[in-house]
Amino acid sequence: MPDLVIVAPILVPLVAGVVAYVAGRLRRGVAIAVAVLQLPLACGLAWEVLRRGPLHYEVGGWSAPLGIQLYADGLTALMICMASIVELAVGVYALGYFEWTERESQPSDHTPPGPSATGPAATGTTTSESAKRSRGGSFWPLSLLLAGSLNGLFLSGDIFNLYISLELLTLAAVGLIGLAASLDALAAALRYLLIAVVGSLFYLLGVSFLYSLYGTLDWQQLAMRFEFDFVSRCAIVLLVLGLLVKAALFPLHFWLPAAHGSAPSPASALLSGLVLKAAFFVILRLWFEVFPHPRLALAGQLLGGLGAAAILWGSLQAIRQRRLKLLVAYSSVAQIGYLFLVFALASDPAVAWNAWSGTAYFMLSHACAKSAAFLAVGSLQLAARGGEIEDVTGAAADHPVTVYAFALAGVGLMGLPPSGGFVAKWLLLRAALESHQVGLAIVMLAGGVLAVGYVFRVLGRAFAATDGAPQRPIPRLMQWTPLVLALVSVGLGLVALQPLELLRIGAPFAPSSSAQSAGLSEQAGLGEQAGLGEQAGLGEQAGANP
Amino acid sequence: MSWSMLLPLLVVASSLVPGCLIFLLREDRVRTRSVLNLAGAVLKVVLVAAMVWGVSQGETFQLSYPLLPGISFGLNAAPFSLLFVTLSAVLWLFTTIYAMGYLKGSPQRSRFFGFFSLCVSATAGIALAANLLTFLIFYEMLTLTTYPLVVHRGTEQALRGGRIYLAYTVLGGAILLLAIAWLQTTAGTLEFVEGGFAGSLAAPQHAALRWIFALLVVGFGIKAALVPLHSWLPQAMVAPAPVSALLHAVAVVKAGAFGIVRVIYDVFGVEFCIELGVTQPLAIAAAITILYGSLRALFQDNLKRRLAFSTISQVSYIVLGAAVLGPTATIGGTVHLVHQGIMKITLFFAAGNLAETLGVQKVSEMDGVGWRMPGTMASFTIAALGMIGLPPMAGFISKWYLASGALEAGQTWVVGVLLASSALNALYFLPILYAAWFHPPRADWPKSADRGRFETRLTLLLPPMATAAATLLAGLFAQLPFSPLDWARFIVAREYPP
Repeated sequence: MPDLVIVAPILVPLVAGVVAYVAGRLRRGVAIAVAVLQLPLACGLAWEVLRRGPLHYEVGGWSAPLGIQLYADGLTALMICMASIVELAVGVYALGYFEWTERESQPSDHTPPGPSATGPAATGTTTSESAKRSRGGSFWPLSLLLAGSLNGLFLSGDIFNLYISLELLTLAAVGLIGLAASLDALAAALRYLLIAVVGSLFYLLGVSFLYSLYGTLDWQQLAMRFEFDFVSRCAIVLLVLGLLVKAALFPLHFWLPAAHGSAPSPASALLSGLVLKAAFFVILRLWFEVFPHPRLALAGQLLGGLGAAAILWGSLQAIRQRRLKLLVAYSSVAQIGYLFLVFALASDPAVAWNAWSGTAYFMLSHACAKSAAFLAVGSLQLAARGGEIEDVTGAAADHPVTVYAFALAGVGLMGLPPSGGFVAKWLLLRAALESHQVGLAIVMLAGGVLAVGYVFRVLGRAFAATDGAPQRPIPRLMQWTPLVLALVSVGLGLVALQPLELLRIGAPFAPSSSAQSAGLSEQAGLGEQAGLGEQAGLGEQAGANP
Repeated sequence: MSWSMLLPLLVVASSLVPGCLIFLLREDRVRTRSVLNLAGAVLKVVLVAAMVWGVSQGETFQLSYPLLPGISFGLNAAPFSLLFVTLSAVLWLFTTIYAMGYLKGSPQRSRFFGFFSLCVSATAGIALAANLLTFLIFYEMLTLTTYPLVVHRGTEQALRGGRIYLAYTVLGGAILLLAIAWLQTTAGTLEFVEGGFAGSLAAPQHAALRWIFALLVVGFGIKAALVPLHSWLPQAMVAPAPVSALLHAVAVVKAGAFGIVRVIYDVFGVEFCIELGVTQPLAIAAAITILYGSLRALFQDNLKRRLAFSTISQVSYIVLGAAVLGPTATIGGTVHLVHQGIMKITLFFAAGNLAETLGVQKVSEMDGVGWRMPGTMASFTIAALGMIGLPPMAGFISKWYLASGALEAGQTWVVGVLLASSALNALYFLPILYAAWFHPPRADWPKSADRGRFETRLTLLLPPMATAAATLLAGLFAQLPFSPLDWARFIVAREYPP
């Protein structure tokens, strides 16, 4: 039974994906059934983890150095819950979306990502009716492949498995971007493919370094054997660099807006909500549970600095965009930045738990909020017959539900209370203040203010009075699904205790009790900082004479 | 869950639930919407009255729900909370009636009343918040839910006003968040305690606490429109009149002032504030705001703009009362929270009536308007005289306590400020009254189609008359139990232990 709990989240969607591929007209039904089934599966896994602690499973009974290791702790379970919530919502939305886009014989949704991206904007007006039907149809097997590989990635117990699931994920993502079938989307998909492959190669090289050094791929064994020599450091650089590209950390984000902006909206929601998190999840895992992270304090500061830059740059770019989906895509660039702050914050052990758990919660909350935002924007631009922000003028009158969905998703993105984004930001903020990294705290707050700027650019237009023609009606499924998902992202702020409890299982850090009492934390913070400086110094010395 | 835990939650929910239901209503379901609105408003008043009665009998109403380790969502019906929640509940009832008349036949009413109800829920939450984090949750909710009301008309001017409003208040929210997170880091708690909790911290942290105090005051001061953080308020008067009433009297500006007072009394504590020496700068800022707002009001021809600057000035009385530090001044500031609310809402109702019925928006167009709309202008007159501080109106009570409190605390300069402000109030209100009653009326008042038998629709006429009557009664019967003054004394008796 426990074996099933850990294997099912991978196998069910993958098998269903194959079935859906050959099932013809039934594929929608198969995909939705699996999406519905995934939620109890994820909850079952979370329950098992809560009850029994971290779960290990060896596929086929082959043990560590050779076999495929599966591993589930609290973080894994939370991520799988996150994926299943988003996939369910996106699946339900896609039912309405593809039916509607196929009925309206208009090649509506592909957003040419502006002149900056690929030159002359050309919408794929040439796609034939049959091609369109098939692109709606291929969404289902691709999304199932994505779901399966994502769960595989979260459950991986060894770094080679991580590589394989990352590759599968990339392929599914490329397929999803290409579904829009416009020239821009194909160009964006191809570009994404090339960049992702380069990233994968870096990662694979890093894996091979580590394997040749330590003779194992299991990351828990690696963690025990890890030494901080030159080759290991090279391996760390390669691994992290490869993953940074996929996670689109500033300044490696250049591919993201075009790719996420030109995919069909349900695909954009999956890409921004989940696929980005996958690459980040791997970095988070490796950094704190495999690498000797106390000696990486300087590199952590660097990543944190890039994260801060991403917050500011991405938000400012989002404010400047004229197209809806590009605005939301640049918002992802900014929000990814928040995730990377953890590498700067958690180098102080006194606040590491707050920073780490806040980051995990940020992933969860951002996944819901960002997917809801993309779904809502997809509905809005279909209703408005155009993807410019100007086009949504007056939308609040015709499509209030969708506009409120976007607004509520925005609450999560802005990190306003009581959303899940706020809880995450609060934990990060506390960590920043307690470890005296006031600069990062200010950047976080500034990011929130800027987020209000870009969210309300859309909402301001939506509330504007218009004397133009009323907008097209859109199916109820496409109005209410984003709202429900947005409500989930807000509601996450009210039920944070249970997920945080789950996160503690197998976590690399424990909540420090001293952080609660006032004067103590002050001293602890100072003491740790001093310790940190020494460690950083050591790291530098080691770097100087390899 | 017991009754004493449920009641504060119900007070918040009594407008939250109708608000959410109203969003779902079709535009033409006027009757259902009115029923929901009024039922929510009346229920809230009843619930609040029950809570006031309970607290005066020594009961406690509180509720706490953990959000994160160490912080919780908490509601607590402290006496000071009750003062604010009573004010907002009663005024909300009047404003709802007024808004139903004001917006008759205009588009997007479901949206309007939906956000209107959410706004008042947020205000009730702010009033009842048991800790700074809960306060912040509702404070941000208030920001977000007032934005659609400010831009309700959807014109470019309205959108611009909304953008400015949002820019200011969101920045304020971010500053507050920083301050609150910092406070939690330093003090380890955020729960409001009568007498404050920051005073128990060791001396090395006093520098940080001064910064936190400053950040909190700036964060709240933006909504309270303290000079120089006030510029959004005159811009936001593009909103429809009921929204202005809400912004100026019931919710937004009040929430800021209420926040500052709570910080002084229930976070830092009076004695600790004196020790830190933070209140004197605040008192000076409030005094500057009082004089600056009055001076600017003198030169506004647009009636609502004049009233907006008057609000900037009057709300700072509340802050001044808290910052002067002394039981009597505190009574003055606290009671002014209520008095300013009922007087200012009367003025905005009256201004809305003039604009809606006669198209009069400027002071220079008001010649003889008193004889055309006697009920409206009589209410306006009572409220304006109250603002100036003439007995027996409510405003007199506030100023009397403020002035004697300042003398008691040895801050004679405050009396000067109050006198100057009263003179300025007279200078910008009396010409209006003179023109309205003693100038010959214009002959060509526009004929309004549906005004009924009276000078305007009854739903527009009755709310200002009721609040004007309240202005008189609050002044005349200030010594009776359960008057605002009586309740303010009750609060202050608990903040200043003998």
